[in-house]
Amino acid sequence: MDLSLSPDESAFRDEVRGFIRDQLPDEIGERMRSGHSARKADIVAWQRILNKKGWAAYSWPEEWGGPGWSAVQRMIFLEEIQGAPAPEVNPFNITMLGPVLIQFGSPEQKARFLPRAANLDDWWCQGFSEPGAGSDLAALKTAARREGDEYVVNGQKIWTSTAHQADWCFVLVRTDPHAAKRQEGISFVLIDMKTPGITVRPIVSIDGSHHLNEVFFDEVRVPVAMRIGEENKGWDVAKFLLGNERTGIARLGKSKERVKFAKEKAREMRAHGRPLSEDHEFRRRIAQLETELKSLEITQLRVLSAQKAGEGRQDPLTAVLKLKGTELLQATTELAMDVGGPLSMPDWADELEALSNEPELGPVWATEATRSYLFLRAASIYGGTNEIMKNIVSKAVLGL
Amino acid sequence: MDFDLTEEQRLLRDSVDRLLADHYAFDKRRAYLAEPEGWSRAMWSRYAELGLLGLPFDERHGGFGGGGIELMLVMEAFGRALVLEPYLATIVLAGTALRLAGSDAQQAALLPGVADGKLLLAFAHGEAQARYDLSDVLTTARPKADGWVLDGAKSVVAHGDSADRLIVSARTGGERNDEGGITLFLVDAQANGVARRAYALRDGTRAAEISLSGVEIGADAVLGTVGGGFSVIERVVEAGIAAVAAEAVGAMETMQAMTLEYLKTRQQFGKPIGQNQALQHRATEMFVSLEQGRSLAMLAAMMVDEPDAAERARNLAMAKIGVGQAARFVSQNAVQLHGGIGMTEEYAVGHYFRRVMVIEHSLGDTAHHLSRLAQTAG
Repeated sequence: MDLSLSPDESAFRDEVRGFIRDQLPDEIGERMRSGHSARKADIVAWQRILNKKGWAAYSWPEEWGGPGWSAVQRMIFLEEIQGAPAPEVNPFNITMLGPVLIQFGSPEQKARFLPRAANLDDWWCQGFSEPGAGSDLAALKTAARREGDEYVVNGQKIWTSTAHQADWCFVLVRTDPHAAKRQEGISFVLIDMKTPGITVRPIVSIDGSHHLNEVFFDEVRVPVAMRIGEENKGWDVAKFLLGNERTGIARLGKSKERVKFAKEKAREMRAHGRPLSEDHEFRRRIAQLETELKSLEITQLRVLSAQKAGEGRQDPLTAVLKLKGTELLQATTELAMDVGGPLSMPDWADELEALSNEPELGPVWATEATRSYLFLRAASIYGGTNEIMKNIVSKAVLGL
Repeated sequence: MDFDLTEEQRLLRDSVDRLLADHYAFDKRRAYLAEPEGWSRAMWSRYAELGLLGLPFDERHGGFGGGGIELMLVMEAFGRALVLEPYLATIVLAGTALRLAGSDAQQAALLPGVADGKLLLAFAHGEAQARYDLSDVLTTARPKADGWVLDGAKSVVAHGDSADRLIVSARTGGERNDEGGITLFLVDAQANGVARRAYALRDGTRAAEISLSGVEIGADAVLGTVGGGFSVIERVVEAGIAAVAAEAVGAMETMQAMTLEYLKTRQQFGKPIGQNQALQHRATEMFVSLEQGRSLAMLAAMMVDEPDAAERARNLAMAKIGVGQAARFVSQNAVQLHGGIGMTEEYAVGHYFRRVMVIEHSLGDTAHHLSRLAQTAG
């Protein structure tokens, strides 16, 4: 047993860190460091810089335009990106759709979509959840009836992140309403968001932002050639997608960045006549969080080590990464918010956008830390709630 | 970076597990507990035969040169079986002091006997007023011609009642809380002026209050340098933390396994209670805690010989905190999920519960180490 990175891995870390330092545009870096979430234009610009280097599709094999990295290299890459902080690559393109296309796509589908996904020429979104199918995804009702070479899609998706910015959507549709099992009548199709009959309605979330949408399909015609995998086998594709990329699931780099951010800001804030960073209660909270982060970091290394050793089976520890990772992401964003004290209350976003000549009302980092806290309450909901994850673990791992 | 065990390490783990499977079933353990010293001399001999008592020591002194990982494997197995013998006291705590501070002559004189199982040691450092402050030493050592005279009292000395030799910390200089001026001494437990009152801790393992009144020892009894004992004491405590972290993980493993078995077999309302979602989620949270604790016990094993003292101290503090919190969560819920039977002396789970409780309160409790970590956390 050995914790240290190999000389090659250390050199790789330095290379990634150096690349981000030299290539991340100053303006984007500045916005990220002050605690803003990345704008669409920032994400596109940065992902294209990464793609030029061959790093955007960081989890893909070389054959399809990825760097062909090991699991350890992927972990290092993500930690450096999140820690910088720099915008993260579009997860719908890179960690969700890409591996699905590589595994299930036809040669034509791969050639058409993979390079564009890597370069963010197409912005993808995910059409899975429906009003009646959240945790119980197989209850989905959006119907696709076959008419010659086309499916005609009718129904509604919800919680569709970035649908309003997306060019394409990968969608689970019901192609056989009479299948013996609900899971057996589902297909996985790619839909151009410009197709007539699609309506996107915004859902404003508790952080005040517009990430989420409802997407309505009304007689939307989709070529059968846009189906991934066989008809009525879409559930297998969806399961592959949801279980595929586990390296970044803990989002440790992001949680560590939030702690670092909180510590920096705590030096500027004062409590009881001293810097907040010297307050014992504050420090104890940091110590507690850093202990849990360290533990999760080792757990993540254990998962990577098992992967490296070629243990192909699903590692039960990935459930720990998801459950504890989201808890810590929420706890660290909570910490960053709490550092603001009374400054965590105001919502200055509109004032800041107005770019008036008035002096700033207060520090933008505090308002953004609160926004990040609010936004990431979703971390234990999206991609399967933590409660559903516990159901799964209790059956699949504990045998209950 | 890898978490694989070597072939030798795997053999070590398997042979300890096999030994304990043959000789440490819960009813046998109960019999060992009833022996006069509260543990089994016969088992101690078996550990010696297997080489466990020489594990961390140099081959020149009858040892096997094992490191943190080897010790982790042994302690995990001991935790799973709830082993009672004075391994922590003799091999880990006192053994580390001897290994790190003992002269060649001292090591040659003592370690072969330890490895053979003939010589028992204890680390007599803690004092009643000190709580967990390692530099809070009031016991004094006054120089005399050709040696020293010790006066003072040591508190909750693990297995201090069985020990043949004590490693005693005493002040040869400085004030009450100074790190400088503390010296370690090798003291014969039968020496004139040494008085021991033995008792059982809550988990059944034994400890002693030891008083030292005008205990005369020779100049050759100094372990390490005069006044330089503190850094050795820190290393001893760190080695102990790594060991009990692994032991607690072993104990948690057994508690988790017992709890899952109970959830699957205990029927109420016409079905196994493990079909209730509230209990399923609790069991999953126990699993998460156990694995997070295991990660930190592994970290401790890998960091215990780290040369950078600050880095080593920081990681071991984290291990003690995280394993302590995990053990508290797992043990409390193991009892809770067992219901009434978990409360009984007859049933094993409560014994594991008390072992991890004692572990949490030894070598600095969670609050102590959190507070230490907090000092540098801003």
